[in-house]
Amino acid sequence: MPQKVIAGQTVEVDAEGYLTRPEQWNRAVGEAQAQELGLTLTDAHWKVIEFLQRDFRERGSVPGMRRLNKVGGFATRDLYALFPDGPIKKAALIAGLPKPASCV
Amino acid sequence: MKELLILGAGTAGTIMANTLRRRLPADTWRVRVVDEAAEHFYQPGFLFLPFGLYSERDVVRPKRRFLPRGVEFVQAAVDRIEPDRNRVRLADGTELPYDVLIVATGTRPVPEQVEGMADGDWRRRVHEFYTFEGARALREALGSWRGGRLVVHVSEMPIKCPVAPLEFAFLADWWLTEKGLRDKTELVYATPLPGAFTKPIASQVLSGLLERKRIRVVPDFAVGRVDNDRHALVSWDEREVPYDLLVTVPPNLGADLIERSDLGDEMNYVPTDRHTLQARGHENIFVIGDATDVPTSKAGSVAHFEAEVLTENVLAHLRGEPLPARFDGHANCFIESGFGKGFLLDFNYQLEPVPGRFPFPRIGPLALLGESRLNHWGKLAFKWIYWHWLLRGRPIPFVDHQMSLAGKQIPAGALKAEAVG
Repeated sequence: MPQKVIAGQTVEVDAEGYLTRPEQWNRAVGEAQAQELGLTLTDAHWKVIEFLQRDFRERGSVPGMRRLNKVGGFATRDLYALFPDGPIKKAALIAGLPKPASCV
Repeated sequence: MKELLILGAGTAGTIMANTLRRRLPADTWRVRVVDEAAEHFYQPGFLFLPFGLYSERDVVRPKRRFLPRGVEFVQAAVDRIEPDRNRVRLADGTELPYDVLIVATGTRPVPEQVEGMADGDWRRRVHEFYTFEGARALREALGSWRGGRLVVHVSEMPIKCPVAPLEFAFLADWWLTEKGLRDKTELVYATPLPGAFTKPIASQVLSGLLERKRIRVVPDFAVGRVDNDRHALVSWDEREVPYDLLVTVPPNLGADLIERSDLGDEMNYVPTDRHTLQARGHENIFVIGDATDVPTSKAGSVAHFEAEVLTENVLAHLRGEPLPARFDGHANCFIESGFGKGFLLDFNYQLEPVPGRFPFPRIGPLALLGESRLNHWGKLAFKWIYWHWLLRGRPIPFVDHQMSLAGKQIPAGALKAEAVG
């Protein structure tokens, strides 16, 4: 597994930069990952990130868009404004979660 | 009398009514099936209807014809399930009690879920082929097609029969060639996925095929709205795909009654144990087919394989025994690739579609993840099997509900350890 130094800390990541050991995540790691994506995290970003982490702990998978809409209460348009191009992929990367699994 | 109640008389519900009626004593068990519709559709045939390969007669039969003697068919809309009271309330207020409930209420396209999709262009320039009316309307639209931009589109995942939009694109390429319209038509395939299909090995093969057929893929396209004035799909990140004819797969959702019963997830699919098919948190409710949230394809073959597992588990439940049978996620899908050829995919929770031979190692005669004429004939023969064999709950010879690894060429690392849950 490749390693990477993020925010002064050595973490294990997969080929696309997603953390493979969630316990190595902390807020500083998240902020550094966001910076690499060109994002500065605001409270609105953190609300999404924390929802993803909470939902992942409870269900074992990264939630999809409909779950973010219906359970998280986030509008798709707002999510695209916060995390342009691929909101869930980007937010999951920053949150230290695996890349969202493709569906079946 | 004890009550076995089945909601939904589609593929899954019809098979369950057949298998359980055979296994439950008629003097102590009533078997009832509730469905709003009187007609049973052979849904794989909806793919062929727009191209005139099948007619209405190939795809419609009365539902009652496939329910055996001793099964009561209740043609009615369901208001909700009341799990705490072990009963189902119909829209007209009638209450149906149950000892065991099987939920087979499926999934359906809901174009209203995308802004503008069900507006002015709907059934004029914007079509779908997952309903009987939709497939017929699309046949009319193709009949007057003289060329332009034809866009095949998937709104979001998961959808019923995830290979069908690809098949539509392949068949459109063939049909346009036959009609002398291929050079006048730009074929585009817009998908929310990063490639042609959900599973990496098959996606690579199928992406190559799209390219060879000159079908342009627009990947990672998350549709935000349909602009009816400019006739264009617009993504959330403001990319546009203009169309003269759009063949879309609208978002799929489970039945509304699941939401009213507070039994579903955010897409109205019922949280279900992926191996036993018991509804989570409800011992006497079982779920089968497209209505579940289990991580495999929403497809008729899955419903058929699940039915073998579920029949044993329901009977064990009635005896008060632990549920013995385990569903492995087995799916088996023919893919029409045009010009009289087809592909075959065979996969489960642990193994994505890989190349090989099926059902017999080396001999086949069908080719897995490879194109052949015989695969195409297999798909056509399946219609007969469906109407005469599968709906009656009879096992298909040589094809077990548990996927076989024999005959498959499995690349290193492709076979996953069984996920928990």
